[in-house]
Amino acid sequence: MDISTTKDTPLPSTPPPPAAEEKRAARGATRPGDRIFLGLSRGSGIFLLAIMAAIAVFLSYRAVLAIGKDEGNFFTTFEWNPTGNPPVFGIAVLAFGTIVSSIIAMAIAVPVAVGIALFITHYAPRRLGGPIAYVVDLLAAVPSIVYGLWGALVLVPQLDGLYGWLNDYLGWTGVFEWQGGAPRSMLTVGILLAIMILPIITNVSREVFRQVPQMHEEAALALGATRWEVIRMAVLPFGRSGVISASMLGLGRALGETMAVAMVLSSSFEINLSLLDPGGGTFAQNIASKFSEATEMGRDALIASGLVLFVITLLVNGAARLIIARRKEFSGANA
Amino acid sequence: MAKRIDVSGLNAYYGSFRAIEDISMTVEPRTVTAFIGPSGCGKSTFLRTLNRMHEVTPGGRVEGKVMLDDEDLYGAGVDPVSVRREVGMVFQRPNPFPTMSIYDNVAAGLKLVGGKKKSEMDDVVEKSLKGANLWNEVKDRLGKPGSGLSGGQQQRLCIARAIAVEPNVLLMDEPCSALDPISTLAIEDLIGELKERFTIVIVTHNMQQAARVSDRTAFFNLAAVGQPGKLIEIDDTERIFSNPSVQATEDYISGRFG
Repeated sequence: MDISTTKDTPLPSTPPPPAAEEKRAARGATRPGDRIFLGLSRGSGIFLLAIMAAIAVFLSYRAVLAIGKDEGNFFTTFEWNPTGNPPVFGIAVLAFGTIVSSIIAMAIAVPVAVGIALFITHYAPRRLGGPIAYVVDLLAAVPSIVYGLWGALVLVPQLDGLYGWLNDYLGWTGVFEWQGGAPRSMLTVGILLAIMILPIITNVSREVFRQVPQMHEEAALALGATRWEVIRMAVLPFGRSGVISASMLGLGRALGETMAVAMVLSSSFEINLSLLDPGGGTFAQNIASKFSEATEMGRDALIASGLVLFVITLLVNGAARLIIARRKEFSGANA
Repeated sequence: MAKRIDVSGLNAYYGSFRAIEDISMTVEPRTVTAFIGPSGCGKSTFLRTLNRMHEVTPGGRVEGKVMLDDEDLYGAGVDPVSVRREVGMVFQRPNPFPTMSIYDNVAAGLKLVGGKKKSEMDDVVEKSLKGANLWNEVKDRLGKPGSGLSGGQQQRLCIARAIAVEPNVLLMDEPCSALDPISTLAIEDLIGELKERFTIVIVTHNMQQAARVSDRTAFFNLAAVGQPGKLIEIDDTERIFSNPSVQATEDYISGRFG
C-alpha cells in the first residue's frame, strides 16, 4: 500500500520518500540477500560457461594438431598407429563399435525398462512394487568396474549357449554367425551395457508414469478400457517424451562406458559384420586401454577420437529433442 | 437404448470404512436424476458404484445389488470393463486425453470396441460432436489437440466421447463445477437434449442446477463426519424443492445447514 497516494487521509508525519528510493521501489525491492544470491548464481553460470569453453578450446586444439599429422584418413582408416612413421589412425572402427554396441544395449534395455516401470507403477501390488523399485535404485549405484568384473567373470562364460543358439537359427543372416571363439564380442558388450543402463531408464520412466494424472486414467477406464488399454491410451502417450529423455540418459552412459567394455571386449582394429565374433572397439574403451602408454602424439590422437564421441552424443541428443518437440502440442504438458 | 437402474441394499467401502449405507433407489429410463447433498455424503461414491468405477480406488469395495434392466452389474462373472462400456461417465474436471486430437478423443471409445471402418468412424464422431453441441466450434480443427479448447468446450468434448459409444446410462459427476456460467448453461441445455436418448444421473452442488435439469432429485446426507452417507429421500424434483417429506431435506435446500 502506498501511503503517499491516499489523498483523503494525509499523514503529515510521514515525509514523502526521496526520488531515488521511489525508483528502486518501482524495480522491486532489492535486499542484500537477494543481491548476494543473484551475484552467486550469475557467477556460477558464467564460471560454468567459461570452463566449458576452455575445455572445448583445449580439446579442439590438441585434436586439430593430431589430425593434421595423420597420414591416413581420420574417418575411414581401420588402424590406430599414431606413433608410427608416418602416423596413421582413424576412428571408423571405434565409431562402428560404439554405435553398434549402444544400439544393441538400447534395443534390449528400453523395452525391458519400460516394462519394469509399468509393472512397478501399474501392476504390482504396493508391497511388491516398493522393494522392486528399491532394488533397481541400488543397481543404478553399482560402479561400472563391478559390472565389468561381473561381465568378464560371470556373463562371458555363460554366453556360449546363447551364441550357439543364435548361430544355429540366425547364423544364415551373417549378423549372428559365430566362429566359436570366446564370446567377447560386440553382442556381449551390448548385453552388458543393457544391464548397466537398465536402472536409470527404469527409474526415470517410473517417475514419468507415476505422474500421469489420475483423471486421464479414469477417463480411459470409464470408456471401458482394460488395464492394458488404459496404459496404451493414457499412460504411454503421456509418458512418451519422458521415456525418450530417459533413454537418452541411458544412451549417454552406454556411449561413454569405458571400463566395463574394456573388460569384456576382446578388442582389435577391425570391423566384424557378425556381432558374435570378437574384435572391434569403442571410443571410450580405446582411450582407456591406450592412454596410459601413449606418447604426446598418441594422446592427441585419443583426444581427437574423444571429440568425435562428444559430437556423436550431441547429435543424438539433438535428434531426441527434435522428436520430442515435433509433437509438443500433444505432449500433455499443456493439459 | 436407455435402461432402468434399480439399486437395492447398496453399501460401499473404502477399506474398512463404510462410505455409503444401504441405498436403494430406482432411476427410470430417459429421465435426469440429480444427486444433491453436503460434501462427503457419498453421492459421488454412489455414482461411481453405478459403473463399477468405485472398485478402481485402492480398498474400494461394494456390497448390494445394482440392476441395469435385468442385468446385475455386480453379478458373478460380470466384467467391469463391459459394464463401463454400457454406463458412460463424465467427470468433474474436463479430462480429454491431452495426447490425442479432438477427433481421436471422440473416437477413443470406438477404437476400444474396434471393428469400425474409417467412414463409419467419421460419421459417429460427427454425430457425437453434434450431439454434444460442439460440432460447429471444432469441425475445422478436428486434428488439433483437445487440450487447446476452452474448459466448457473440453467438457462437451468429454460428453461427446462418452456418448460416442452409445451407452445406456450417462453418469455425470459435478460436470459444471469447473465451468463458467455460460458454459454451464450450454451443458445444462445439452443434458435436456441427451435425456431423450439416455438415462442420466448427475451429481451437483448447485441446487438451482438440480432444479433446472432434473426430473427426480435424491438428497443424501450423513449423520456426522466419519459416519456413512445415506439416501434421505428421492422424489420428483418439483416436490423436493417445494414440499419435501423430510425436514433435513428442507433444511438443506433452504440453506439452513450444509
